Amino acid sequence: MDFLNAIIALLNFVVVPAMAYGSQLALGALGVTLIYGILRFSNFAHGDTMAFGAMVTVLFTWLFQSWGISLGPLPTALLALPLGILGCMGLLLATDRVVYRFYREQKAKPVILVIVSLGVTFIMNGIVRFIIGPDDQRFADGERFIVSARTFKELTGLREGLAIKTTQGITVITAVVVVALLFWFLNRTRTGKSMRAYSDNEDLALLSGINPERVVMITWLIVAGLATIAGVLYGLDKSFKPFTYFQLLLPIFASAIVGGLGNPIGAIAGGFVIAFSEVTVTYAWKKVLTYLMPESLEPSGLVQLLSTDYKLAVSFLILLIVLLFKPTGLFKGKAV
Amino acid sequence: MIVVDDLHKHFGGFHAVDGASLEIAQGSITGLIGPNGAGKTTLFNVIAGVLKPTSGRVSMAGEEITGLPPHELFHKGLLRTFQIAHEFSSMTCRENLMMVPGDQLGETLWNTWFGRKRIADQERALRAKADEVLEFLTVEHLADHKAGQISGGQKKLLELGRTMMVDARIVFLDEVGAGVNRTLLNTIGDAIIRLNKERGYTFVVIEHDMDFIGRLCNPVICMAEGKVLAEGTLAEIKANEHVIEAYLGTGLKNKDKVGA
Repeated sequence: MDFLNAIIALLNFVVVPAMAYGSQLALGALGVTLIYGILRFSNFAHGDTMAFGAMVTVLFTWLFQSWGISLGPLPTALLALPLGILGCMGLLLATDRVVYRFYREQKAKPVILVIVSLGVTFIMNGIVRFIIGPDDQRFADGERFIVSARTFKELTGLREGLAIKTTQGITVITAVVVVALLFWFLNRTRTGKSMRAYSDNEDLALLSGINPERVVMITWLIVAGLATIAGVLYGLDKSFKPFTYFQLLLPIFASAIVGGLGNPIGAIAGGFVIAFSEVTVTYAWKKVLTYLMPESLEPSGLVQLLSTDYKLAVSFLILLIVLLFKPTGLFKGKAV
Repeated sequence: MIVVDDLHKHFGGFHAVDGASLEIAQGSITGLIGPNGAGKTTLFNVIAGVLKPTSGRVSMAGEEITGLPPHELFHKGLLRTFQIAHEFSSMTCRENLMMVPGDQLGETLWNTWFGRKRIADQERALRAKADEVLEFLTVEHLADHKAGQISGGQKKLLELGRTMMVDARIVFLDEVGAGVNRTLLNTIGDAIIRLNKERGYTFVVIEHDMDFIGRLCNPVICMAEGKVLAEGTLAEIKANEHVIEAYLGTGLKNKDKVGA
């Protein structure tokens, strides 16, 4: 019984939250990795792109809520999500037209584009705060739990409860669907193959008659979709606050680099590696250990390796270790 | 077919192409030779739209094509290969060939979702054509190999194969024989001659192997220091005083250079 309780506690406090967080990171990292692979620069504005897409979704969610439209047990935000994606697509295409295209025509070096994207970051950052303000916004509604801790306890008679939030369930399911669609698109469709060809060898792609502007446009459209979905899922799971998206940039980049920049499978694996390590290292293991160990050996402290304040440091530690031994990431990406 | 008029390409103070003018006749296999650094590849890059010229004009069949981007030139039937073979390394040889014709139906988002049937038909036709090309080049056994894993010479053949996926009008081959063994070089040579005779491709070939040039090319153009030095049959070129000087140099000329 104690063993079962330990497993449930582990699932409840480590596995379930890390799965949800990992899915969000993976979706974010996929966007970063696509841009790196095809447009050949590290897009620092990705975090704020997520914030913008999520913001548009939040605004529409509020509108729908005020009209009394809802999805029943599911959050209304899912209904507003397509509109958020459209808004984000508009923003990214406009940014590309006004900013990035100019530098592409100059054949600017990746380093310059990185700094340009940093500028874009601050502008997007400003736009988001200007429209919705810097504060926390709640927009989640519908049922809060798929399985609540109490029902679980009553059902199983165990001392530990397992709670799965609706948002966590939605996050994981959406991520699986989106990733499946993306891989089908990249591997099975001609457009996707053009994108892979362009990423593999730009010169040759041009000489195969592939229109670079179209590849770039489609990339931005896909990235807008991924960023908005990731942003909304994160916002539903936690809450929407513009600054947290800027902070999310760090673990997202860590995920993409750990997996191998430019490699979509790597981005997903990286997302989960980072999420699980962040959660396990900052989790207080006392509860789980108490169930597993004989009474005399029970820990008196919290058995928390690092305080949650150091959460971000974990991503970087992993990043350093992986890059020392595999400079191109876990899955072979492009050299950074 | 192609007329190049007083073309200049400067990189800062370095004049890689310095007033080159030449004409390439329809249906010919023109050889382009010259010592290293003569500006041959830069000239290719400018004509093929990879680099923008500093000044000068390029026209194709009477139509000005100066500075057009590569994918537009591709649709006009102007193709090229690279000095160091390029390939989409993570795709199979067959997929590499099937990438070639640009503007396929499946390249728009709309068709990706709503035109599956038509895309499938087109893909089937392309697949058949790719297999035909691989057979023509006698490398049908490589169809399902990853292009990143085949030998350097085979990559060169694959590059030649890419030009056969569309009806090219003119193909620029940049050192197609570099690092390729004799037997394979002969296969490449045969393919070039057949494409020229059977399909009417015009070729421009940069090559350092004079036997290869002699077997394939007439006329031969010799470049040095960004200019066209001489044009004629290989025998005429070999006898040309300026050409010998460009390749071997003269004591006097070197002294001049040092002085300058």
